[in-house]
Amino acid sequence: MIVVDGVSHRLGDQLVLDRVDVALAEQRIGVIGANGSGKSTFARLLNGLVVPDSGTVTVDGLSTAKDGREVRRKVGFVFTDPDAQIVMPTVGEDVAFGLRRSGLPKAEITARVGDMLARHGLPGFDDRPAHALSGGEKQLLALCSLLITAPRTLVCDEPTTLLDLRNARRVGALLAGLPQRLVLVTHDLNALADFERVLLFDAGRLVGDGPPADVVAQYRTAQS
Amino acid sequence: MIGLYLPGRTPLHRAPAGLKLALLALGVGVLLTLDDLRWLTVAGITILGLYAVARVPPRVAAQQLRPLLWFAAFLFVVQTLLTDWLGATALVVRLVLAVALAALVTLTTRVSAMLDVVEVLLGPLRRFGVQPERVGLVLALTIRGVPVVAGVLGTVRDAHRARGVGGPPWRLLVPVLVRVLRQADALSDALIARGVDDEAERRTRR
Repeated sequence: MIVVDGVSHRLGDQLVLDRVDVALAEQRIGVIGANGSGKSTFARLLNGLVVPDSGTVTVDGLSTAKDGREVRRKVGFVFTDPDAQIVMPTVGEDVAFGLRRSGLPKAEITARVGDMLARHGLPGFDDRPAHALSGGEKQLLALCSLLITAPRTLVCDEPTTLLDLRNARRVGALLAGLPQRLVLVTHDLNALADFERVLLFDAGRLVGDGPPADVVAQYRTAQS
Repeated sequence: MIGLYLPGRTPLHRAPAGLKLALLALGVGVLLTLDDLRWLTVAGITILGLYAVARVPPRVAAQQLRPLLWFAAFLFVVQTLLTDWLGATALVVRLVLAVALAALVTLTTRVSAMLDVVEVLLGPLRRFGVQPERVGLVLALTIRGVPVVAGVLGTVRDAHRARGVGGPPWRLLVPVLVRVLRQADALSDALIARGVDDEAERRTRR
């Protein structure tokens, strides 16, 4: 369970999150809101990329402020721009990067990487240069690089925003099929139809929280 | 030079990265001592043979040296003016062969294998506060960064053209720099999210 308790946060002079209280136990959680509403900052709270100015965030009882390392093992983060999260020059090496300190034999790491790529739409891509992939393939690579470390929760900050329709569907289908808990920040309201819960942010405040149909309708009304 | 790894199963691909780097250092050292064009020709044929053994396509091999051509031509002209054409030729051939040899190692060795070697070599410096894993990561990010920066440059150039903005290339410098710094900022977040800082922190605490 992820618990956000009384969290406020400023970026410079701007209050980007204002007294947010929420507990997340569902498997599929959507986060929506206009640009600048605070939803990305909220997402970054969940694996300790942002430590709040006031209030606390805990993941299975671990504080993101004090136990950042353990929290990041449990919560993986997918960014909007896949180029910014690929570290190694080739596909296989980037996926293996997360296991470099695992102590596993190299043969085992190679096998796991190959299996991960094959299961998530990049079979035989091990030796390809990462920079030569399409945007959709890069995002799939970024996901594989996270999933290889087996996090229990994935937080995705608009992972399909930079992708064309076909690649957005590929990434969306992959995310939908994952066994992990998923917190998805998105502007694609249709993608949330099967979610259990949707949070709506406006001007740093959590103004909507409930089933997708209700919260999406609230958002559409507010935006019209 | 960022042709990176060329997948293969040749003896050169299978050779340990440490051995290849040691032989590269030795080979470049020997090249530096050669002045006689006949010996340099032998060295050139040997390196060509190694490219054949590694099954590097001629097009890929040529790509490794293309960025060097203008510099080599400039060097040849300057050296011919300062010394003589024979000395200039020997110098340029030495340079081209050294780069070709280094590129061959790059083409047949995964970056991760090179990082393992760097980490082992720098291991003794750990007692002086050096973190070999960090140095290795910096090297990997540098190699990874070349195509990223090239992509940023292309995007900015296209944006200028689309708006009909011409002028000297240095006009691209500031927007490219701003974008690259933003990209670096995002990469820093991604490294934290992937637990890289946590590893460093853990090792520091030991």
